[in-house]
Amino acid sequence: MKIRTPFLTVFASFAIAIVASAQTATPEPEPAPAPAPPTDLVVADTPDDAGNSVEVDWQLSGTDIFSPLNTDAKDTDPEQIVAVYQVERKVADGNGDVVSEEESNWRQVSESGAGESHWTDRSVKRGWTYDYRVCAVDNQGDESTWCDAQASVSPTMQMFNMSKAWLAIWMILFGAFIVYFINHARSGKKLWVRKIAGLEAIDEAVGRATEMGRPVLFVAGIQDINEIQTLAGLTVLSRVAKTAAEYGAQIEVPTCRSLVMAAARETVEAAYLAAGAPDSYQPDRIHYLTDEQFAFVAGVTGYMVREEPAACIYMGGFYAESLILAETGNHIGAIQVAGTAMPSQLPFFVASCDYTLIGEEFFAASAYLSGDPLQIGSLKGQDYGKFLSVLVLVIGIFFATLGSWTATDDSDGIGTGALNYIKNNILGSEGFGSFGGGNTDIEGDDS
Amino acid sequence: MKRTVPLVIAIVAGFVLLIANFIPYAENWGLTAQEWFNILAVGAMVLGGGNLIKLHLMKVSGQRKSWGYSLVTIVCFFGTIIIGMSKFGVHPNALYPDYAWSGYYLESGSGLWWIYQHMIVPLTSMMFAMLAFYVATAAFRAFRAKNTEATLLLLTAGIVLLGRTYAGVWLFGWLDYIPESITNFSIFGVPIDLYAMQFDRLTVWIMDVPNTAGTRAITIGIALGVVATSLRILLGVDRSYLGQD
Repeated sequence: MKIRTPFLTVFASFAIAIVASAQTATPEPEPAPAPAPPTDLVVADTPDDAGNSVEVDWQLSGTDIFSPLNTDAKDTDPEQIVAVYQVERKVADGNGDVVSEEESNWRQVSESGAGESHWTDRSVKRGWTYDYRVCAVDNQGDESTWCDAQASVSPTMQMFNMSKAWLAIWMILFGAFIVYFINHARSGKKLWVRKIAGLEAIDEAVGRATEMGRPVLFVAGIQDINEIQTLAGLTVLSRVAKTAAEYGAQIEVPTCRSLVMAAARETVEAAYLAAGAPDSYQPDRIHYLTDEQFAFVAGVTGYMVREEPAACIYMGGFYAESLILAETGNHIGAIQVAGTAMPSQLPFFVASCDYTLIGEEFFAASAYLSGDPLQIGSLKGQDYGKFLSVLVLVIGIFFATLGSWTATDDSDGIGTGALNYIKNNILGSEGFGSFGGGNTDIEGDDS
Repeated sequence: MKRTVPLVIAIVAGFVLLIANFIPYAENWGLTAQEWFNILAVGAMVLGGGNLIKLHLMKVSGQRKSWGYSLVTIVCFFGTIIIGMSKFGVHPNALYPDYAWSGYYLESGSGLWWIYQHMIVPLTSMMFAMLAFYVATAAFRAFRAKNTEATLLLLTAGIVLLGRTYAGVWLFGWLDYIPESITNFSIFGVPIDLYAMQFDRLTVWIMDVPNTAGTRAITIGIALGVVATSLRILLGVDRSYLGQD
């Protein structure tokens, strides 16, 4: 007993000392510091819309490591680094409509990642008034103080999309040129149009097929009937079918879309009727193969190898299958005429076909083949539109050259404002805007 | 009447959608029209499928030339429809376990999935791969130096072909060992930098400058052609797509 008592006393003293020291060594943990709040929240009605969206912008938090203003990002307290920004919204005025309690109170409508300072709210109602606020949240879930928008916003609808004002002017101008020359042609004035070798060759191709007793193959692309290239292709088909009917040649039209088949049948039937050979029309020769791009090309090339058509005419929208078709046609020795508005496929057609209608020639084909003065008048109008485009290009090149010659380290060159206006407003989507404003980045702009 | 009604529909729909493009209130009308078109296209699929089967059945029954291919087409057509519609090999959806057909029709491991993965994808890839050979034969024909233009094309193509491979870099690697005073010089005041003449750099310039300029010229022509063709159709001047003169 005499030994145990002092031992217990010493042990108890140690225990008390350890507990006491532990209590003094680890003080009550302080709450983690919240991230710095975002600032300057600005909300504005989206311009040129139907009043169904609001633009929300803010300055990034000082503890957002993606902020360009945060120059010592690596020294930012890890517990304060912003993970997301929470945007909240409430309805201030429902413009006479009943507003639910949920909408009347602050509720989260967006969560944007760190580094993002813009969000478009597309869930607003036209005429209602909204308040917004934004806060930064770190990885621990700590929220900064709220940054309120300086003013409420009420989305409104614009009657006209001013960002497309110049596009509208261009369209009106082109339309006016075309309508003017159509009327000009209607008055009996003769208009000259240069010869397009590829279209002149169509009669030759159909004639050759007739002499050889082989069919004419016509492919109207692989796009559907709602594409302008398919329509342009069908207009050429009309002329080809009429020529084939007059010569007594057979025409084969495999299609990649069911609706194109239906439209092509109408076109060919009418052409045979117009040529005075309705009995020669064979609807089964205009047939549907498949919607699948390469299955279609397999079907068409299979037909080409088996039946060896004397003339192959490709008019419409084509993709990678263009070269397979044209090379197979070349292999069987057919005379080939192609036309497409796909710039990437034109080199393939040029390499493999006898004649190729490049871009605008393809769209001019219908008017050219018809010989109808009204349609040829539209081609003339198109030429004037082209002249106007070239004029704008020349002016742009002039200002770009002048600007690059006269630019110094301290200032933009002469004419840079005009050049930017042409790029961003006249040819871009900034509407009338203000002269000299907008993006000044010239290099690397592929628009 | 048969052609007047489609013409009126085309003109009205065309003008309405054209104007809607500039009016924010009507900005979604184009999407609605596209949905209508998709519904029509789905209906027309029956028309197309029916036409396909009719033609091939006629070919088989008449035992016309190459009728064996038609037989394969018919068997594949109906086989795919039966396997797809019956959802062969598809497990019921976890939310509706009591409904055998509630699963996703292209579920991994199902019959239709197998047809797609092991038949359609390889066949499509095979057709696409054939392009490489067609490019070679077309290039062989296009690059024959028959005249000045063709010779220029051949030279340009040669530079771009070499410049896009390691050969282009390797051919001019020795320039790195030549002092800059030799590679940079001027002729009649015009500065010449031999480094810029390396095929890989020349390729970038060819693609960025002459190629882009040519492509843009074609693109502008196409855009104006589209406008003119659209106006011809909208104004009813061009009706040949409906079979009218």
